[in-house]
Amino acid sequence: MSLLSVENLSLSIRGKPILKEVDFRLEPGRITGLVGESGSGKSLTALSIMQLLPSGSRATGSIRFNGQELLDAGEETMCALRGDDIGMVFQEPMTALNPLKTIGEQVAEGIRIHAGASDREAQERAAAILDRVGLPRERFPLSRFPHELSGGQRQRVVIAMACAMRPKLLIADEPTTALDVLVQARILELLRELVAEDNMAMLFISHDLGVVAELADDIVVMRRGEVKEAGPAVTVLKNRKHPYTAQLAEASSHIPAQSKPWHSEACDAPLLAVENLICEYPGHRMSLFAKSPPFRAVDDVSFEMQDGEILGLVGESGCGKSTLSRAILGLMRPVSGKILSKGEVLNTPEIIDTKGIVHLAQAVFQDPYGSFNPRHTAERLVAEPLFLDRIASRTEKRGRVVEALESVGLAADDLGKYPHEFSGGQRQRLAIARAIVNHPRLIVADEPVSALDVSIRAQILDLIVELRERKGLAWLFISHDLSVVHALCDTVMVMQHGKIVEAGPARPLYAAPKQAYTKELISAAPDLDAALKSRLKSAKPERMKK
Amino acid sequence: MSYFLFRRLLSLLLTLLLATIVIFAVLEIVPGDPARLMLGINATEDAVAALREQLGLNQPLLTRYFSWIGGLLQGDLGRSFTYSSSVGELIGERIWVSLPLALLALTLSTVIAVPVGLYAAARRGRASDTAIMAATQFGIAIPNFWFALLLVYLFAIVLRWVPAGGFPGWEAGIWPALKALALPAIALALPQAAILSRIARSALIEVLGEDFIRTARAKGLTRSQTLWHHALRNALIPVVTIMGLQFAFLLAGTIIIENVFYLPGLGRLVFQAITQHDLPVVQGTVLLLVASVVLTNFLVDLVYAWIDPRLRKTAQ
Repeated sequence: MSLLSVENLSLSIRGKPILKEVDFRLEPGRITGLVGESGSGKSLTALSIMQLLPSGSRATGSIRFNGQELLDAGEETMCALRGDDIGMVFQEPMTALNPLKTIGEQVAEGIRIHAGASDREAQERAAAILDRVGLPRERFPLSRFPHELSGGQRQRVVIAMACAMRPKLLIADEPTTALDVLVQARILELLRELVAEDNMAMLFISHDLGVVAELADDIVVMRRGEVKEAGPAVTVLKNRKHPYTAQLAEASSHIPAQSKPWHSEACDAPLLAVENLICEYPGHRMSLFAKSPPFRAVDDVSFEMQDGEILGLVGESGCGKSTLSRAILGLMRPVSGKILSKGEVLNTPEIIDTKGIVHLAQAVFQDPYGSFNPRHTAERLVAEPLFLDRIASRTEKRGRVVEALESVGLAADDLGKYPHEFSGGQRQRLAIARAIVNHPRLIVADEPVSALDVSIRAQILDLIVELRERKGLAWLFISHDLSVVHALCDTVMVMQHGKIVEAGPARPLYAAPKQAYTKELISAAPDLDAALKSRLKSAKPERMKK
Repeated sequence: MSYFLFRRLLSLLLTLLLATIVIFAVLEIVPGDPARLMLGINATEDAVAALREQLGLNQPLLTRYFSWIGGLLQGDLGRSFTYSSSVGELIGERIWVSLPLALLALTLSTVIAVPVGLYAAARRGRASDTAIMAATQFGIAIPNFWFALLLVYLFAIVLRWVPAGGFPGWEAGIWPALKALALPAIALALPQAAILSRIARSALIEVLGEDFIRTARAKGLTRSQTLWHHALRNALIPVVTIMGLQFAFLLAGTIIIENVFYLPGLGRLVFQAITQHDLPVVQGTVLLLVASVVLTNFLVDLVYAWIDPRLRKTAQ
């Protein structure tokens, strides 16, 4: 008998069908990857198991855990199971913890409830499990508050809470999506260890096939509330029998087609030259007379970009990537250093030539929804930068907006729509349209595809290359995901602690990184093909022994 | 933390200093001569001039400002033009009506509003929630003086439980004094409670939608455990903010209710002093009210820091 068997599970929320006859089983000691794009019903499947569905939900079918039917189990039974035999880890570590309670208290709480432990006993056990997930008491006392920890450390606290009672089943819903590749690799390692040690079953929900290919024993592929394919992970991902599995796999290792490889043309002055740039944030005030020393986010950075170049900037969060991009966009005043375009100085510590900068560069950000005023139409949003060109005539404005929309694959019909009427991928196209409307030569894109599903991500990567080929646009592409950078960029810069530690053409750098840090980043980046290759290799000798 | 306290205190003092300047300047600009007003329209020019001299109104502006501030620092608020007593004494008498009344009304409003708001939030969208929200809408809409008259009719005239108005003074004993303040406190508290319960409800509903509430439920906490242990304290910040604003209003904004119940409170004192151009009384009372608002905000800031460790951190 399986530990958990989901049979014929259908779910509707306020009459709207969400899940259709979902079937799968989980076995102790095995990791099952549940993959699919956003809206496929992955998370609601998990919440069905937890019986934490939003109000107005109706589930039919059967979910049996350890022989017990969960769908008709009462609230009392579920409260006893949750956090005891079934633990759950969520996607957003920054908001998953109560900001007003110490981490010790939040971990101990579950132990008190389920084990009936005294306060002191629960605290002791909380300390032990926090130590187990890599937060030893000496460095991370129980009295810490969540805001005193980084994202990865907070996710460890959430994992400690979920695993405190040594559950038989652990559900992890995109536990590493919000984290950096290096932190992600460590968290995945921790989850793998916990599963092996306690012989847990784990349901690992992810949209990232690379991660699942590395981690999971079995895989369930979902689309629009239905299971499309299921089976052993390596076999399913290698054979790609179902067309949707094939489509997902193709999209996640998508390399945009280029009509001819880009090569830098020898020209007298680069499009963008950054010379010895230093950016600092002022220190906190410690007392009336003392301030802590300023934090140097960008430390003596120099580089050049040519027309039409796609330059990838990679590094962990906090390495200074975004600060560097803000300085280039003129949104932040550097302490020293120069920013030049075609030999003209745009930016010295004393003056920022904003006009020069806006005609050179425009920006695209990670969260397209957050960067739009929800009450403005697409026309108004895209036309925003045009005031810089002092275009007054309505018809001319509209012409420029339509031109920009058409360049990004939207249509003139979309002019009157509001941001919420577009899909996630279309919104990112809209953001790109706004960036290109006043014909800049460079787009600074800060994690523009990180929040997107793989198939949409592939389309946006194609669009970036297409705009380069049609308009000669250069891109400064900031990302923490090396595999995307590898697929897209001509040249790559690796940034660590505010410094550029390695730079060069993308392919050679990826194939033979020189710096240890670059190597670490590359090996931590989940890559579908590499993961499959290494798992097939390690599986073969076993088979021969048999 | 001590740096946080120091900074808050410094800004408190600066605000007060600024307030003295603004109060003094505004009253200088207001048209009308206090001396003429005190003597009536038939007074001779000589008499008015003599009185102006006697009240010190002929001295230069800065001299008068600094002599007022100098007095303030020694606890002397000056003498009233119309009453033959010092401003300090006048305020001292009245504050023993206004302060207990404000505190009573605030306590009452909090005791009613917080549980009601939490109950409505926990039963969001159901019939009881809708009914409570309709009732609070009503509570906000009713003018409090009209509500006060209803209370007087019911409890003072029909049931004869409490007096219809007036204040016997605390010398008459705690019980009669409280009885005299009961109806005004209820009349003041109810509209405030209606507002506060709506704030409490929406704050709690927002918190209940947060990710960490789902985490708590996934840990095995029941709905009510989640509500008490995780949601409540997080919902307190907006509630405390509104309570601070309400206290300031209750201390000064009670003129109508004081008139309805014939209570000798600060509101009536200011009102009379303004109509009679009794500058020292107006200055002193307004300054006291400003000080109480500033002090309340200071306390609210301290409570924020107590509730939320993140604010303590940025304060360090």
